[in-house]
Amino acid sequence: MKTFTKRLLAVATLAILAASPLQAKTFKWAFQGDVQSLDPHALNETFTMGFMGNVYEALSAYTDDLELVPALAESWSNPEPSKWIIKLRKGVKFQEGGDFNADDVIFSWKRCLSEGSDMKGRAGLIKEMKKIDDYTVEAITPSPNPILMQEMAWLYIMDKEWSIEHKTAETTNVKGGEEGNYANMHANGTGPFIITDRQPDVKTIFKRNENYWGNPKTNITEGIFTPVKQAATRVAALISGELDLIYPVPVQDWKRLEKASGVKPLSGPEARTIFLGMDSSRDELLYSNIKGKNPLKDVRVRKAFAHALNLEAIHKKVMRGASTPAGLLVAPQVNGFSEALNTPYSYDPELSKKLLAEAGYPDGFEITIDCPNNRYVNDEKICQAAAGMLAKIGVKVEVFAQPKSKYFAKVLAQNNYDTSFYLLGWTPGSMDSHNVLINLLSCQNKEKKMGTFNFGNYCNAEIDALTDKVGSETNPAKRQAMIDKAFKIAKDEVAYLPIHQQPLSWGVRDGVSVSQRADNVLDLRSVVLQ
Amino acid sequence: MKNTIARAADSDLWYSFRRSPIVMISAVITLVIVSTSLLAPWVAPHDPFNLVSIDLMDASLPPVWYADLGDSRFLLGTDDQGRDILSTILYGSRISLIIGMASVTFSLILGVALGLVSGYGGPKVDAFIMRIADIQLSFPAILIALLIDGVARSILPRDMHDQVAVYVLIFAIGISGWVQYARTVRGSTMVEKSKEYVQAAQVIGVRPIAILWRHILPNVMGPVLVIGAIHLAIAIITEATLSFLGVGLPPTTPSLGTLIRVGNDYLFSGEWWITIFPGIALVLLALSVNLLGDWLRDTLNPKIQ
Repeated sequence: MKTFTKRLLAVATLAILAASPLQAKTFKWAFQGDVQSLDPHALNETFTMGFMGNVYEALSAYTDDLELVPALAESWSNPEPSKWIIKLRKGVKFQEGGDFNADDVIFSWKRCLSEGSDMKGRAGLIKEMKKIDDYTVEAITPSPNPILMQEMAWLYIMDKEWSIEHKTAETTNVKGGEEGNYANMHANGTGPFIITDRQPDVKTIFKRNENYWGNPKTNITEGIFTPVKQAATRVAALISGELDLIYPVPVQDWKRLEKASGVKPLSGPEARTIFLGMDSSRDELLYSNIKGKNPLKDVRVRKAFAHALNLEAIHKKVMRGASTPAGLLVAPQVNGFSEALNTPYSYDPELSKKLLAEAGYPDGFEITIDCPNNRYVNDEKICQAAAGMLAKIGVKVEVFAQPKSKYFAKVLAQNNYDTSFYLLGWTPGSMDSHNVLINLLSCQNKEKKMGTFNFGNYCNAEIDALTDKVGSETNPAKRQAMIDKAFKIAKDEVAYLPIHQQPLSWGVRDGVSVSQRADNVLDLRSVVLQ
Repeated sequence: MKNTIARAADSDLWYSFRRSPIVMISAVITLVIVSTSLLAPWVAPHDPFNLVSIDLMDASLPPVWYADLGDSRFLLGTDDQGRDILSTILYGSRISLIIGMASVTFSLILGVALGLVSGYGGPKVDAFIMRIADIQLSFPAILIALLIDGVARSILPRDMHDQVAVYVLIFAIGISGWVQYARTVRGSTMVEKSKEYVQAAQVIGVRPIAILWRHILPNVMGPVLVIGAIHLAIAIITEATLSFLGVGLPPTTPSLGTLIRVGNDYLFSGEWWITIFPGIALVLLALSVNLLGDWLRDTLNPKIQ
C-alpha cells in the first residue's frame, strides 16, 4: 500500500510539472558583433535597428514577409499628397510605465533630427509634425512621398517624459564622447522584450514584457544575446548546444552544419547589396600617395576599378557560390530593380590598365580601403580579394579592416566621411529604390538630409532631380522609368562598384522555429522554442 | 684549423651528439627549417605577399595528393586568398625565428647585465634588482607580453603599429624573460667575486666595470648560453601564442601563429591544410630546438643532472 501511495504521488508530481504553464523558455543567440549603443537613433544599421526592434517600436512595422503593417499607429491616411494623418494606438504603455501618446511621436521625430542622430535622412522626410489630439498626429512632407510609412517603420518611438527625466533628449553620437548619455545603456520602449542586463561586448539579457499590447507568436520568456567574433567559435558553440541560433554562419561551414546532428543551416537570398564606394569629390584623397589631386574624380579611373574586379572569382571562392553577383545597388526583392541593368561590369584587367594609363596613372597609385570585419558575410575577405585584383592593374590597396563599431565611427557623416575607398552593404529599409537614390546616390546635402550615406559624395544634378521626381511619382510605370534612368547614369559614371547580394546565412538548433526575414533581421517575436 | 676540427671531433660534445639519434634528428630538422626559412625568398616556390602574383581563383586548393582538386604548383595547397601554404610557412617561420632569436638576445643581454650588477654591486643594489625580479616572476610571461603589446597598440596609431609590430613583439617577449638569466648570473657572480683572481684584480686597482667585463663575465657565460638555447623554443611559442590571439603580427606579415589563427576559421569546413601545416611546422621547430637545448644543458652542465 505504501509503495502504491508513493507511486501515485510521484505520478501526480510529474503531471503537475508537465502541465505547468510557467515553464521558462530561454533563447540564446549570437551575432558576430554587438550593438554599439542601445540608443535607437544612434546608428542606422540593420543589425542595430533589428536588435532594438525587440524593445522599441515604430509607427509601422514589417511582418516576417516584409509586408508593412501598423504598429504604434492604428491606421494612417494620406488625404493630400504631402499630408498624412496618423491615428495612434490607445492604451499602449512604455516598459517603465509611461503612457504612449502623440507627444512621444513628435518628440522622437525631433530627437532623430538632433546632432548625433544617424536617422536624420529618415526624419528629414517629414517637414513638420503637428499634434491634433492625444492620439492623432499630422505629418507634412516636403514633397509628395508615397512610401513615407515604409520609412517610418525604422523610426523608433521613445518616451518623452522618460527621455527628459534622464537628460537624453538628444541622440547619442556613435563617435563617442557622450558615454554619459542615459539612452546609451538603458532602453525603455513599448516592445515585447525588456533589456534587464546590458554588458557591452559581453552579453545582453532580455525578458518578456508581460504588459505588451500585441500578441506575438513567440513563447520565449528570456533571451540572452552574446556577441561572438570568431566564426569558428560561433559554429562550435551552436553545434555543442550552447546556443540556439547564430548568424552569420561562414558560407564555408554550411556543409558542416548539414552533417552535424541537431543543427541546420538556414539560408536564403538577402536583399542586401555589398558594394565598394569611392571618394569622388574631395580635391585630394585623404588616404593615398597622390597629392594635390583626386584620381577617383576621373571617371576613367573609376571605370578601371570596375573592370579590374573579378566578381565571378569572389562569388566562387570567397562566397563559395552562395552570393549573387550584382551590377545594381538594389536586389531583385527591392521595388525598382531592373534585370537589364543588373549585368555586372565585365572583368577586363587589360582595359583597366589602358584606362588608368589614359587617365595619367600608368603605374597606378596607392590607396587605403576601409572595411568592417564583423558586419557583412566575409567582409574583410572581400576587401582583401579586391586588393589582390586591383594590385594586378597596379593599384596598391592597403586593407584597413576594423570591427564595425570603429569602422562606422570613422566613415559616417558624424565623422565627416573620413575615408577614400570603402566597403558597405545596403538594404533599403523601405524595400524601395527611392531609399537608395536618396541615401546613396544623391549629392550630400545636410539641410535636405540627402546623400547621408553617400560617403564618397558622388554627385550628379540629374540624379538629384530624378530622385525628387521618383519620391513623388505615383504611376508605377513612369516611376520605374525614372528609377532606371537614374541607375543607368550611376552605372555609366561608375558611382559605385557593386559586388553582390550576400546570402542570409544563419544556423539554428533543431526545435527552434524562426522566420528568416530577407533584410536579415532577427525578430524575437517570431521565435518559437519547442 | 685542422687542429680545431680534430679537437671538436674528440670532444665530449661530439661524442654525446653521435650517441643520441634523437638529438641528431632534431639537429637536422632545425638546420633544415632554419636554412630554408632564412633563404625563403630564394627557396619558396611563390612569393605569397606579392598581391600581383596571387590569384583568387587558386584559393582553397587542397594539397597536391588530392588527385582531383590538387594543383601541382601548390604542394601543400593554398589558403583562402590563393596563397601557397608551403611558401607562407617558409616566410612565416622566418619571421618566427627572427623574433625568437632577437628576443632571446635581448633578454640575455638585459638579464646578464642586471645579474652582474646585482651580484657584484653590494646588498642594496642586489636586493633592489632581485625584488623586481621576484615581482616579475609572479606574473606569467605571456601576461606581461600581452600587457606590453596592448599598451603599444593603444599609444601608437594603427598604421605605425603594423610597421613596428615586430619590434614591439621582440621587446614584449624579451622583457618577460630576463629574470632567469639575471638569477643565474647573479649566483655565479657572487661565487666568482670571492675568488682570489677577482680580489687580486681589485687590489691592483682595476675598475669594477673592467673586472665585470674581463674577468667575471667569461666565467659565468656557460650556463647562460644553455638557458638561451632552451629559451629560444619558449620565445617562438610565446610569439605564436600572441599572434594566435591576434595581438602579434598582422596578417600582412604573418608568423606561424598568425597563419594558424587565420586557418582556424576553416577547420570546420574541412579545409584542414590551411591551419594544420603551419601547426606541424611550429611543433617541429619548437620541439627540435627544445630537444637541442635540453641536450646542450645535459652535456655542458653535468651538475644539473
